[in-house]
Amino acid sequence: MYPSRFRYEAPRSLAEAIELLAGGGGEAKVLAGGQSLVPLMKLRFATPELLVDINNVGGLDYHREDPDGTLHIGALCRHADLERSALLKGKQPTMAAAAPLIADPIVRNRGTLVGSLCHADPQGDWASVVLALGGSVVARGPRGRRAIPMADFVTGPFENVLEPDEVAVEAVIPAHKNTPAGGYLKLERRVGDFATVGVAVAVETSGGTVTRAGIALTGVGGSTIAATEAQQALTGQALTPPAIERAADLAAGAARPRTDHRGSAEYKRHMVRTFVARILAQAAGPDAAGPDTAAERAA
Amino acid sequence: MTIVYDDRDGQAASDIPVRRIKFTINGAKKVAEVEPRLLLAHLIRQGLGLTGTHMGCDTTNCGACTVLVDGRAVKSCTMLAVQADGHEIETVEGLATASELHPLQEGFKEQHGLQCGFCTPGMMMAAKALLAANPDPTEEDVRWALSGNLCRCTGYQNIVKSVLWAAEKLRPQATADGSQQ
Repeated sequence: MYPSRFRYEAPRSLAEAIELLAGGGGEAKVLAGGQSLVPLMKLRFATPELLVDINNVGGLDYHREDPDGTLHIGALCRHADLERSALLKGKQPTMAAAAPLIADPIVRNRGTLVGSLCHADPQGDWASVVLALGGSVVARGPRGRRAIPMADFVTGPFENVLEPDEVAVEAVIPAHKNTPAGGYLKLERRVGDFATVGVAVAVETSGGTVTRAGIALTGVGGSTIAATEAQQALTGQALTPPAIERAADLAAGAARPRTDHRGSAEYKRHMVRTFVARILAQAAGPDAAGPDTAAERAA
Repeated sequence: MTIVYDDRDGQAASDIPVRRIKFTINGAKKVAEVEPRLLLAHLIRQGLGLTGTHMGCDTTNCGACTVLVDGRAVKSCTMLAVQADGHEIETVEGLATASELHPLQEGFKEQHGLQCGFCTPGMMMAAKALLAANPDPTEEDVRWALSGNLCRCTGYQNIVKSVLWAAEKLRPQATADGSQQ
């Protein structure tokens, strides 16, 4: 399959890229990893007139930490870079858990986290992770630079708030104030399939009490879902089995799954509950784990 | 090099954008003129006549079209040919020398790692990237690294064995080279 015809530019600087986008009359698209955009173009779901390939723009392939612990992920940082990242393994359990579950190993070599956020697929894994962590997307355009909270970034399936002449240059994950814990679990029919259900949990605890809770759901609604009631119920609580169960029930209640070839709505909702409970039980440690989890561990 | 397209758009020839790119394929330097919408897989198969790279699903699922770009495994149906500008491409044709099979090819032969053979070039290229990064993989490492490549014949068992066989064969050479330094 060929994409429909387009003009192609590969600028060497962000300033040039922004200029090209501004001249694109709203019909230009940014190409980073291309692992979602190129398939969409081949299927003619996307037919941009101008493709601005940012792969030759230097200095966007980073992921780094500020002295205060804030994480920055550049627009050309590939999923594989995050999968191998020693920085994430030590400090960012939710991202470290998600990175190896994105698509498949070969797609991870090219695809990018920032591109995945921009693509705004309700079944995209990173959107849930960044939402649960309270992250944001930084865009640059002719009017300068702005940070957009992830909660406001996506306006609908495959739609985000970027202006046609803006480039998403990085994702920012705020520093945690207390001890971080959490994870990402994904149910997929096979490696590389879209998530049947995905759950991102990012909590911070201090002296056994949850000081911040982020829970977001992948693939169980028309957009990425923040399980806000579950988050509120956890905050200020210890990660006891009853608190975990209540949060899991509330998160399952926030899901809006539809029955399709990947499973029934009831099954998907059940998996949300199971995944939230499983991640939180692991975050609580072996002492606080509920009987179900203990049984699983023994089995 | 000439690539012939179907003309479905009825545009004037002068309106069709063309880019000149330079790249290396299996060690040979090349120059090509391509339309930006040409996929890397098409450049390799139609432009260069290297038909060892197979097009399977054309939807980024199956991995039959896997090649190495600067040493990293990439699905060539999901990268534009223009993006190869300035880069090094390696395809299955680059594995063997004139007189010798690559240990991966030997491994697939010895361990019966293929039946119909359609997925084999992609499997071998994904495996090559794995062994370059991890010369001593476990079975689990091999299964993980090949999880983006589909095979409908073998049940994967012999493919995994083939890659482990190649790793074993490549290892003593690496040790010998290391001890000489």
